Amino acid sequence: MKRRDFLRTTVPAAILPTVINGFSVKAFGAESPLVQLLGTTDTDHVLVIVQLNGGNDGLNTVIPIDGYANYFNARSNIALPENKILKLTDKTGLNPAMTGMKALYDEGKLGVVQAVGYPAPNFSHFRATDIWMSASASDEVLVNGWAGRYLNYEFPNFPVGYPNSDMPDPLGIQIGSTTSLTFQGPSVSTGMSISNPTSFYNLLNGIEDPAPNTPAGKELKYVRLVAKQTSQYTSVVKAAAERVTQQSPYPTPNSLADQLKIVARLVKGGLKTRVYMVQYGGFDTHSLQTTTTDTTVGNHANLLKNVSDAIKAFQDDLKFLGVEERVVGMTFSEFGRRIKSNSSVGTDHGAAAPVFLFGKNVVPAVLGNNPTIPANATVNDNIPMQYDFRSVYASLLENWLCVKNADLQQIMLKNFQSLNIINSAACKIVNPNTSGNSYLEIWGSPFTQSTTIKYKTDGGHTLLQIFDTMGRLIKTVLDTELSAGSYTYNFDSGALPAGVYYARLQNGATQQVKAMVKVR
Amino acid sequence: MDRRDFLTAGKAKKAAPVQFASPTRTLSGTSPYAGPWTTNEVIHLLKRTMFGAKKADVDFFSGMTMSQAVDYLLNVSAAQSQPLPPVKDYTNSTDPLDPDNAVLAGQTWVNTNTNDGGINNRRVASLKNWWMGRMINQEKNILEKLTLFWHNHFSTETDVIGRGIWCYQNNAVLRKNALGNFKIFVKEITLDTGMLRYLNGYLNTAGTPDENYGRELQELFTVGKGINNATPPYSEADVKAAAKVLTGWQVNGTTNTSTFSASRHDSTNKQFSAFYGSTIITGRTGATGGDLELNDLLTMIFTTSDVAMNICRRLYRWFVYYDIDAATEANVIAPLAQVFRTNNYDIKPVLATLFKSEHFFDVLNQGCIIKSPIDKIVGLCREFDVQFPVATDYLGNANCWQTLNSLAISFQQNICDPPSVAGWQPYYQEPQFHEIWINSDTYPKRNQFTDQMLLTGYTRGGKNIKIDPVLFAKMMPNPGDPNELISDAVKYLFRLPLQQTSKDQLKKDILLSGQTQDYYWTNAWTAYIANPNDTTNANIVKTRLKDLFQYLMKLAEYQLA
Repeated sequence: MKRRDFLRTTVPAAILPTVINGFSVKAFGAESPLVQLLGTTDTDHVLVIVQLNGGNDGLNTVIPIDGYANYFNARSNIALPENKILKLTDKTGLNPAMTGMKALYDEGKLGVVQAVGYPAPNFSHFRATDIWMSASASDEVLVNGWAGRYLNYEFPNFPVGYPNSDMPDPLGIQIGSTTSLTFQGPSVSTGMSISNPTSFYNLLNGIEDPAPNTPAGKELKYVRLVAKQTSQYTSVVKAAAERVTQQSPYPTPNSLADQLKIVARLVKGGLKTRVYMVQYGGFDTHSLQTTTTDTTVGNHANLLKNVSDAIKAFQDDLKFLGVEERVVGMTFSEFGRRIKSNSSVGTDHGAAAPVFLFGKNVVPAVLGNNPTIPANATVNDNIPMQYDFRSVYASLLENWLCVKNADLQQIMLKNFQSLNIINSAACKIVNPNTSGNSYLEIWGSPFTQSTTIKYKTDGGHTLLQIFDTMGRLIKTVLDTELSAGSYTYNFDSGALPAGVYYARLQNGATQQVKAMVKVR
Repeated sequence: MDRRDFLTAGKAKKAAPVQFASPTRTLSGTSPYAGPWTTNEVIHLLKRTMFGAKKADVDFFSGMTMSQAVDYLLNVSAAQSQPLPPVKDYTNSTDPLDPDNAVLAGQTWVNTNTNDGGINNRRVASLKNWWMGRMINQEKNILEKLTLFWHNHFSTETDVIGRGIWCYQNNAVLRKNALGNFKIFVKEITLDTGMLRYLNGYLNTAGTPDENYGRELQELFTVGKGINNATPPYSEADVKAAAKVLTGWQVNGTTNTSTFSASRHDSTNKQFSAFYGSTIITGRTGATGGDLELNDLLTMIFTTSDVAMNICRRLYRWFVYYDIDAATEANVIAPLAQVFRTNNYDIKPVLATLFKSEHFFDVLNQGCIIKSPIDKIVGLCREFDVQFPVATDYLGNANCWQTLNSLAISFQQNICDPPSVAGWQPYYQEPQFHEIWINSDTYPKRNQFTDQMLLTGYTRGGKNIKIDPVLFAKMMPNPGDPNELISDAVKYLFRLPLQQTSKDQLKKDILLSGQTQDYYWTNAWTAYIANPNDTTNANIVKTRLKDLFQYLMKLAEYQLA
């Protein structure tokens, strides 16, 4: 039970007057000033971020069965045989190597968000990774990370005054090498990196000379801070790890499984750490993504198998350890890959790709439609974005880490759509169900000069955008508050070249993408 | 103020984020430095251009003027930049037919192919051992630190390159060109066997262009991403056009050379964007087509002003400090870039200008670099004059060098295998840069290393390396005086002073074992020198020196250079 719930429901009002000058606790709801004054958001929820470095090929991970002919046509040298695809729904399936995650889906512990990206995608590994980690727009540079901003918001002033009795543990933990941009807060990293929780080393306490106000002094202070931090957190992490002596089996060798095993151990061991991050690389499959004789095996299949097996084992272990209710995970990669394969039996850097969510409290469904694959895909065709990746972050923050909607914008720096990806009871926030309604129609496609876009809104913030196949934002038709109803917009394509364009409507938690084709 | 601010104002929620007082940077520029040239400045110059400042080297350079010292450091002969290649320090293949079996132990393997994957892996290890050895045994010049800089810049990874011979060839290109002409350097690295493999150049053909190298050539190696590191001035179309120019190159696995195949080359004209003056590179056919188009491509790229600015920023972040503020950009980077272009991209004049500048010797720029793992490890071995097996014992040395590489890997720096084509994060990742080297994982490990080097050392293959604290003390001018010994140790090991009270405390607690009279130490030292074989005397001295250095090396000050 959460501390806030505990106070609200079980503490007798009689003991409170000394604290709050006689006001009855019942006078305050969850949103009340009293509860706000209790401090940081109280939750025992944990978020695990799994980074797949290199740009995972989304189309060979989550396969559009309903568009199979075009899919096969676009990438015949690496296309997966239709009869081997692991079906999640009639329309959508997983790579045959992903039996573990297929099982999780069947158990109701896996969600898929289709075609996650952002307007004007960047095709450079480093910049695209920075965009995903910082949750910036494509043309905006942020030097801190989204998890870092969240943790800094919840635990202001960190690291000054930490650890303390409210937060005795590291705010975020990255398993592995250096802490990434994801955890970078406004001034210092909120993440602690560990490779093995049992091999810490005790520091010596000693004399400290004053640090001058020079660059050397700045670095001296930084090193000293890490020194202190390290020694302070070493014991709690080690103690948490030592409390757990039995875990269910993990596959070996599998470096992602090794990392997730440590995460499960520390969660069960009682750390209050909110966010964990693990990394797994090798997804930059420019060549030999599959073998030339069998597309169900090879590099990419091995990578996906390791990811799938590791996450399945992690989920099973969380259940074994009895902490399944507390953990949700997500995967991300800096970009997907091109629709059309190259003749090196690989794929070049692309745009939008699916994101996986796993855990007992995710909505076990495929959110969004399969990407539309053109009948004759060309080398420049990319998958258009359906969901902004920052909407995934915002939804996890709001519906899993229980950040107040009003506070979200300060972390995400902008208002993002709330997606139905987390069990609505997790933070007791109800998501509207809008499935089955058509919100967007194209009247007249193919067209030569102009076409009519008909769209519907349930009222409130409504966004209508036009993208090209490279994911570039051609036009923002509207970005405003509307009252509920149906509207039309006449799209004049002006001097745009012939080709495929996408209209994207977003209204609250709903969005739809429709293709339209300009011909000469 | 929003509601939450108001309600939580009394709880210090949302107070301004903690920020260490913004340090004073400096307005000084590239004018020649005319200030004092004392031991302090010599140590500063050596810690930045070599690995650690060894006492003997400090003495050597103290006999020169500042300008002479810089010139000496930048003067690397052809023989020095093309050292003898790595030798076979591994056992034969179990396959009796493998050609590697013909390579005798202790002779170089770089000219003989192997068909055995296991042998290839051992060759990569051998290459890394060799490189570590080059750094440990560096000559009195900048070559080793600069080679590592170029490796970070033209980053490659052995597991992607695949063949040990190509990994070696890549390293040889870095050394050979380290102080040469950057434009020639870029051409050689473009056609380097290792690089052709690493960034898929060998797969780049007219029918199926592979954009990998065409992109990184511009994004990382030459033009860069602009000052804010986010908005490259070239376009996606330029990436594609460059990829087309670069089609047709392959690696010949028999001769281990790069070759050009005209039939794989895209002979159409390549149109570049307005950033490159809308240049059209004329498509060419025939055996020389690829070479001629590559020349055109580099000529076009090197016409932009971005290349010189980008490289000078990279050099600055490696040799001076990571923070490039507006004043540094205007007073240092821009003038250096001008020198670079005026000298037709010769590297040496840029480095000479930088290292002789008042900016480089500015007190505000001293001591502010956080040592990289390699700097930490190699610098320690050199500063303490750690003894390695005799040079002819190549196996013994290989074992020791491998130990040091393993340590560097655990501190997150694996030479020949940086994390990505962008090199190591501390040289590009804002805002922390060098600070990324130090975190809750690496910091304790770095301390464990200095401890173990003093206590037991590291043993591998029967060879042990460790610090002899007495040897270090003997290098100091007056080790019998505990005050001078501590002051001198601090002077050579640190870049920041310790307060007198701190030094007195160390003297009392460690060298005098809680006593107050200096002669306790002086007598112990004198007795040891008079009779070094007396184990009692030796232990008294050794134990105390060990504790002293253990303490000093664990201070945050020892992480800085």
